[in-house]
Amino acid sequence: MLTQALFRALDRKAIWLIGILVALAVLVPAANLLIPPGQFGHVPNYAVTLFGKYLSYAMLALALDLVWGYCGILSLGHGAFFALGGYAMGMYLMRQIGNRGVYANAQLPDFMVFLNWKELPWYWQGFDNFAFAMLMVMLVPGILAFVFGFLAFRSRVTGVYLSIITQAMTYALLLAFFRNDMGFGGNNGLTDFKDILGQPIAAPTTRASLFAATAIALALSVLVCSTIVRSKLGKVMVAVRDAESRTRFLGYRVEYVKLFAFVVSAVMAGIAGALYVPQVGIINPGEFDPANSIEVVIWTAVGGRGTIVGPIIGAILVNMGKSYFTGALPELWLFALGALFVGVTLFLPKGIVGLLGQYRSLTTRREQHQPQTPGPMQLEAGLDPQPKAAE
Amino acid sequence: MSDKTGTMLYLDGVSVAFDGFKAINNLSLIVYPAEMLAIIGPNGAGKTTMMDIITGKTRPDDGEVLFDGRTDLTRLDEAAIANLGIGRKFQKPTVFESQTVWDNLEMALRKPRGIFATLFYTADAADIARIEDILNTVRLGHRKNDLAANLSHGQKQWLEIGMLLAQDPKLLLVDEPVAGMTDSETAETAKLLREIATTRSVVVVEHDMSFVRDLGSRVTCLAEGAVLAEGSLEQVSANPLVIERYLGR
Amino acid sequence: MSMIEGSLIGERSGSSTASLGSRLNRQWNWRSLAARLTLLLALLVSFSSPGFAQAPDKQLSALVDALYPGDYGDRQAAIAALVATGDPRAVPVLQVLGEGDLYAVEATGKVAFVERSGSNYALTDPVTGAALGEVARSDTEKVRVNNSLRRTIRTAIGQMTLLSDNPGTRLSAAQSILRDADPANLDLLDTALASEADSKIRTTMELARAVILLKSDDVSFEDQQQAAATVAASGSRDAITILTSALASAPDDLKPAIQSSLDGLQRDRAAWAALQNVWFGVSLGSVLLLAAIGLAITFGVMGVINMAHGEMVMLGAYTTFAVQEVIRQNAPALFDYSLAIALPLAFLLTALIGIAIERGVIRWLYGRALETLLATWGLSLILQQTVRSIFGPTNRQVGNPSWMSGSVDFYGLSLTWSRVWIVVFAIVVFVALLVVLNRTALGLQMRAVTQNRRMASAMGIRTPFVDAMTFGLGSGIAGLAGVALSQIDNVSPNLGQGYIIDSFMVVVFGGVGNLWGTLVGAMTLGIANKFLEPYAGAVLGKILILVLIILFIQRRPRGLFALKGRSVEA
Repeated sequence: MLTQALFRALDRKAIWLIGILVALAVLVPAANLLIPPGQFGHVPNYAVTLFGKYLSYAMLALALDLVWGYCGILSLGHGAFFALGGYAMGMYLMRQIGNRGVYANAQLPDFMVFLNWKELPWYWQGFDNFAFAMLMVMLVPGILAFVFGFLAFRSRVTGVYLSIITQAMTYALLLAFFRNDMGFGGNNGLTDFKDILGQPIAAPTTRASLFAATAIALALSVLVCSTIVRSKLGKVMVAVRDAESRTRFLGYRVEYVKLFAFVVSAVMAGIAGALYVPQVGIINPGEFDPANSIEVVIWTAVGGRGTIVGPIIGAILVNMGKSYFTGALPELWLFALGALFVGVTLFLPKGIVGLLGQYRSLTTRREQHQPQTPGPMQLEAGLDPQPKAAE
Repeated sequence: MSDKTGTMLYLDGVSVAFDGFKAINNLSLIVYPAEMLAIIGPNGAGKTTMMDIITGKTRPDDGEVLFDGRTDLTRLDEAAIANLGIGRKFQKPTVFESQTVWDNLEMALRKPRGIFATLFYTADAADIARIEDILNTVRLGHRKNDLAANLSHGQKQWLEIGMLLAQDPKLLLVDEPVAGMTDSETAETAKLLREIATTRSVVVVEHDMSFVRDLGSRVTCLAEGAVLAEGSLEQVSANPLVIERYLGR
Repeated sequence: MSMIEGSLIGERSGSSTASLGSRLNRQWNWRSLAARLTLLLALLVSFSSPGFAQAPDKQLSALVDALYPGDYGDRQAAIAALVATGDPRAVPVLQVLGEGDLYAVEATGKVAFVERSGSNYALTDPVTGAALGEVARSDTEKVRVNNSLRRTIRTAIGQMTLLSDNPGTRLSAAQSILRDADPANLDLLDTALASEADSKIRTTMELARAVILLKSDDVSFEDQQQAAATVAASGSRDAITILTSALASAPDDLKPAIQSSLDGLQRDRAAWAALQNVWFGVSLGSVLLLAAIGLAITFGVMGVINMAHGEMVMLGAYTTFAVQEVIRQNAPALFDYSLAIALPLAFLLTALIGIAIERGVIRWLYGRALETLLATWGLSLILQQTVRSIFGPTNRQVGNPSWMSGSVDFYGLSLTWSRVWIVVFAIVVFVALLVVLNRTALGLQMRAVTQNRRMASAMGIRTPFVDAMTFGLGSGIAGLAGVALSQIDNVSPNLGQGYIIDSFMVVVFGGVGNLWGTLVGAMTLGIANKFLEPYAGAVLGKILILVLIILFIQRRPRGLFALKGRSVEA
């Protein structure tokens, strides 16, 4: 059963994508560590970390795509799951500091000493154990997504309502994590990490390993997403996206389908966040900023939603652009980002991948042009599509 | 109305109002197993709202809606009602346009609907044969790998009927099935529905009188949310009220 | 970090809290100062009152100087002569004399107010207030008084103030006696009460009498009981303090009476505090209403969320800033009219931008609500960055016209004028919108499109035109809201960001396509927020509200006032 599902998932595109990611996981660290600096083919340390960060963003974008591109749920709060995963990882890394903090307190992280806390809060217990922390990386976003999704989907909150509610969710978390008495470092968040699994966190080997881990995690996410979207469940998800109430009348529990996609996606986002934090060295409440979550949407849209490879391409391209702009022309970045939002929605609804697909179908199958498939959101109204076919 | 046992669909005293407007007003209706019922009536008579109530989309303010003589449909949601064995074809053909004809039918096929059952589902030989069979019945075999969006209006109607067949329901609710069909297709549809009605219950809503005649079934005329007349097509169309309110002189 | 300055539901935190605080402080100082200077103020007022006895300076000075020579008997006569002038300037002289602080320069016999200045006294003329230079302390002599004189002086002051012809003077005298609550004034009060006709002054005098009675030991039980009731009934700010101190010293049989009065007062106080909270809530609700109502209209008619709505608010605020800058430089006299000038300009500017957005972007995305959301978000980024490039990233100072500064006391409530005007403004905008929607052709068309777009279109309504106008109207109202918010909020490029979630919560709560729903939604959220704040704190209160709304959607996914029927397709 599982083997069949996996076999189905591994179509040619998925194999290519996974192959490239695994190759990157091997080649980039090798080029960084084995080829000496200055010699041809050396990948500098900063680039390893930078692209490691991009890959974790790509994983976040892929997670969003699973719910938005395939299931029609536009979540404007996926940054929250990413940040929660990041915080879980950050808590583990804080515990690893031990007595090397400013206050040299082995029992408490610096900020708690600073706040005059006497003992570790109960929710920090266990985070010195890597396995436990990794479990939390997946469980915390997963449970939040489950509870939130259960409530929202059961009462059939859809469309823009759902989008804004998810935004409100991440906003509420933003406010909460800014509070010092939440016990997550308040404004400053968690930082000054020393090592991970006993390895110094800034060492080139650690950085290279983190890059490899991120690439492998992304490859696994591709496999999981491909398994889901190539299965009958994936077809039902698309059906939910295109005509939700019609799917209900076929006997599918739309709320469970959505819930499944939402939880899987949230867990994936959490893992991405956990991989992100050790590479950038900090996690703070700013990650909950609704603007961050909505930026993820544009990565996905730029690359092409409803495809596996699209969000990965989009996340990497947009973030490369962001790195360039914020360095060279910081004033212009928000203009560029804003224009990207408007331009993509108006002129490139299927993203770069869709554009390539159109180009290919134009060249190979001359006049049998792509059908005018409705945008995923067009059939929001369920059984009330535009009266184009009627009469 | 009293005898609920032995009925497939039983509506008694059903009413629903939208902001004071009574869309359905004290409607009572019975459909027996393996029986076809044609429903006619002017626009706004409440035909579609009645279907909404039966399929769980709209909750009635009042009244009793029973399936198979015992299951209270007013307490169930759409998915549960569909899984009981009530299939619905919509007034406007609603198929999943961005997916192929085959996928549309595969999703409709009567199989466990749970998340993990769906995730790990692989079509076995019997399923494939069943879909091929339906494709032949609705004459879409040559288009099975095309996107549903590319079908003509009539073909979408057929696809939706095919999906209904794939669901293998005990009760079929069919809303204006022949709109956009050619005369010969209409005749084919009537034949198909008559055939289905030998084993299942079928409720057809239709405006096309010659099609209703072809169905040769019991006819109920609705108006203003209530039953205006019942009987054979001849009896109903001879009813002066029906002539005045619906058919016209 | 900028995000935390934005707020979910409520006022800005951060620097605006500071400005709010300083505003509060100003009020505070003002109040306490006013309390201390009531008497003096009343006297100053009485100077300017027409038809009031006022002797020439010279004559009065001679009478004051006459206080010094001779024995106590002469002094008695001099006081009587001074009182006979009826000149209010005599009152402070008599008060100082009664306190034994009046001095005379031995060499000249000049009587003066003194203030220690090293080994010298700095002299002030008691009549004109002019400085008279310094004299060595040893060269002065105190104008002595004995007990009998003191009584005379007290009575004299009482006569000149409590029995003065000027009601203002009488009132402030009564208030000052109430503050001091000196039992020695009891007889005087009784005399004054006997002839007092003005009910307000009478009330104050009776209260003063009651307070004195409560303090005195040699008063009958009935009188004290009566007095406690009088104090309680006065509803004065200090009633609780007075009664609490009286409770401590009261005889046991009186305690239950005072206690029950106290309980009643405390209940009243709680009610007033609740009322104050309601007011804060209403004021917050008005802000929410202003911010949300435009959004509610566009969402109702077009089914799209304009994420740039907050930026329209921001542009309205910057319009106000620009108008004020121009006025400051060119016509400072017009400053009080700056808001009136800014309102139409802000409306026009934002309405035009709104129409441009609708025509340029949104209409191409018709039927794709989520894409519209993304595109308008992009526009909001562009608008923000534009404003940041032009006006800079920091807060800009928008001034309050004089009629919006300060506050007014309304019974126990302290209402700041800016809040009062914003509530009034919100009501005006709401009513105007009701009129537009219910009495104009455009309103009729908008309602038709809200209820059933396709049918409206089939009826010949030009839905694209209605869409553009709706968007313009919604954006214009956001601009108006911006003018109002510039008065209470930081004007920065991020101003709008915080409002979009707040506003949408209001729309979600109130339901779509019904202005009343928006009103109820805004007020409910505003008041709920203000009531949660004291218990949960501002941030937690906001989080709680969010959670409550998410739970509320469970019960009513389409809001409080949802449209029903088949045309509303799920």
